[in-house]
Amino acid sequence: MRRHLLSAADLDLGDATLILDTAEQIDTALAGREVKKLPTLRGRTVVNLFFEDSTRTRISFELAAKRLSADVINFAAKGSSVSKGESLKDTALTLEAMGADAIVCRHSASGAPHRLAEWVQGSVINAGDGTHEHPTQALLDAYTIRRRLGRLDAVRVTIVGDVLHSRVARSNVVLLDTLGAQVTLVAPPTLLPVGVESWPAEVSYDLDAVLPKADVVMMLRVQQERMNASYFPSVREYSRRYGLDARRMATLPDEAIVMHPGPMNRGMEIAAEVADSVRSTIVEQVSNGLSVRMAVLYLLLGGAHMPDGAVA
Amino acid sequence: MRAAQKPVQPEALSGRTILDSTAIARIIDRIAHEIIERAGDEHLPALTLLGIPTRGGPLAHRLARRIEVFIERPDAGIAIGSVDITLYRDDLRSRGLRPLAPTVIPDGGIDGRHVVLVDDVLYSGRTVRAALDALREVGRPRVVQLAVLVDRGHRELPIRADYVGKNLPTSAREQVRVRLTEIDGTDEVVVL
Repeated sequence: MRRHLLSAADLDLGDATLILDTAEQIDTALAGREVKKLPTLRGRTVVNLFFEDSTRTRISFELAAKRLSADVINFAAKGSSVSKGESLKDTALTLEAMGADAIVCRHSASGAPHRLAEWVQGSVINAGDGTHEHPTQALLDAYTIRRRLGRLDAVRVTIVGDVLHSRVARSNVVLLDTLGAQVTLVAPPTLLPVGVESWPAEVSYDLDAVLPKADVVMMLRVQQERMNASYFPSVREYSRRYGLDARRMATLPDEAIVMHPGPMNRGMEIAAEVADSVRSTIVEQVSNGLSVRMAVLYLLLGGAHMPDGAVA
Repeated sequence: MRAAQKPVQPEALSGRTILDSTAIARIIDRIAHEIIERAGDEHLPALTLLGIPTRGGPLAHRLARRIEVFIERPDAGIAIGSVDITLYRDDLRSRGLRPLAPTVIPDGGIDGRHVVLVDDVLYSGRTVRAALDALREVGRPRVVQLAVLVDRGHRELPIRADYVGKNLPTSAREQVRVRLTEIDGTDEVVVL
């Protein structure tokens, strides 16, 4: 493992498998226990540096660090010196001076965690940067698929929706390819990024044609807050062509699962009856996220400090 | 007159096979008998063997198998599990990263059980301390005992084993290597 987790592309097959295996061991070690706490990271400090709103990711990282007995500081840009104009660099150096061993960073600007990693000594974990990457989400998705289907190799994963604005899709395409899965992206042409043909994934515009051949369907949230133009005619039109409803779900193979990174727009990209069905792993993804983030924190902070790039 | 005597060297252990497969099998049999004797009829039904990975696991299974034979109840179903102690180590910061091993707590937990921790080598005692910490989070056994194949001395904590296969006075420079068929393809204990 490297010192930082900035991008799903940083992980080779060995690293990614190590993280998933570690998450599984942590899961079994804590299963059925009343006290779900481990002393592993006692005395370490983890800072949650969130410049963008988040519920599940921030809480998930906070709980993961606390379960490993690390001290957690939550830093939200609102109400901090950032609103007085302090730069990312000065904020980072301040946190480092206070002894942060790891900084979990979410930022609306793509690449912010990479810059951060150049300035600080501790580990930096990318918890979502703009429309770029969200590696721990991809890891928890891969972990969820492996737990449900028992494998990742040659699993056919269809990712549907707003690929253009989705860091989840970007990280997932890279990581799932590393792990041997076959990814198909389905989206209206306006919601596919430039250069998508160079990604290790197939592209389709026809959801109905792809579903019968999918082991996993991952629905993406339509990110209206990032949309400054009209990418599709209307919500109804989008939902009719790219939404997953009960009729479409029935065309999936028997074992196939439905995933969503959350938060969902029920009735838009996913129908409520689909979100609440037995195929849906949406709630599992949240609890798996906790195990995967504990694994990442353990692997980055658990050992002795190693020079950058060294393999543990 | 004899020539000046050389100081007596302790017998060099290095490179020697200390236990072969026959000796290991005998030790397992003896410890199995001792566990039965110490637990008694009263506590035998509550017996839980927990191996400390990696090589405590197979040893716990072998002990359980032999105990079932000796009490003439091959279907006794002695509870077996494993406790990985990596996340409880106190030397994580000074050593490289370690991969985790499985922790399996038998159904019904360990509350009120007669727990025997099983490991291959007892050395500093830190592994056992970590295992005790791990157990505390899982439940409250009635009693916790420790069984080891080899006790090589050099304790750094006030910890002792209840069942010892072989006491092996080693120097700290030596390494004790335990090999078990289930993992290494052969049964032997050698000093390197």
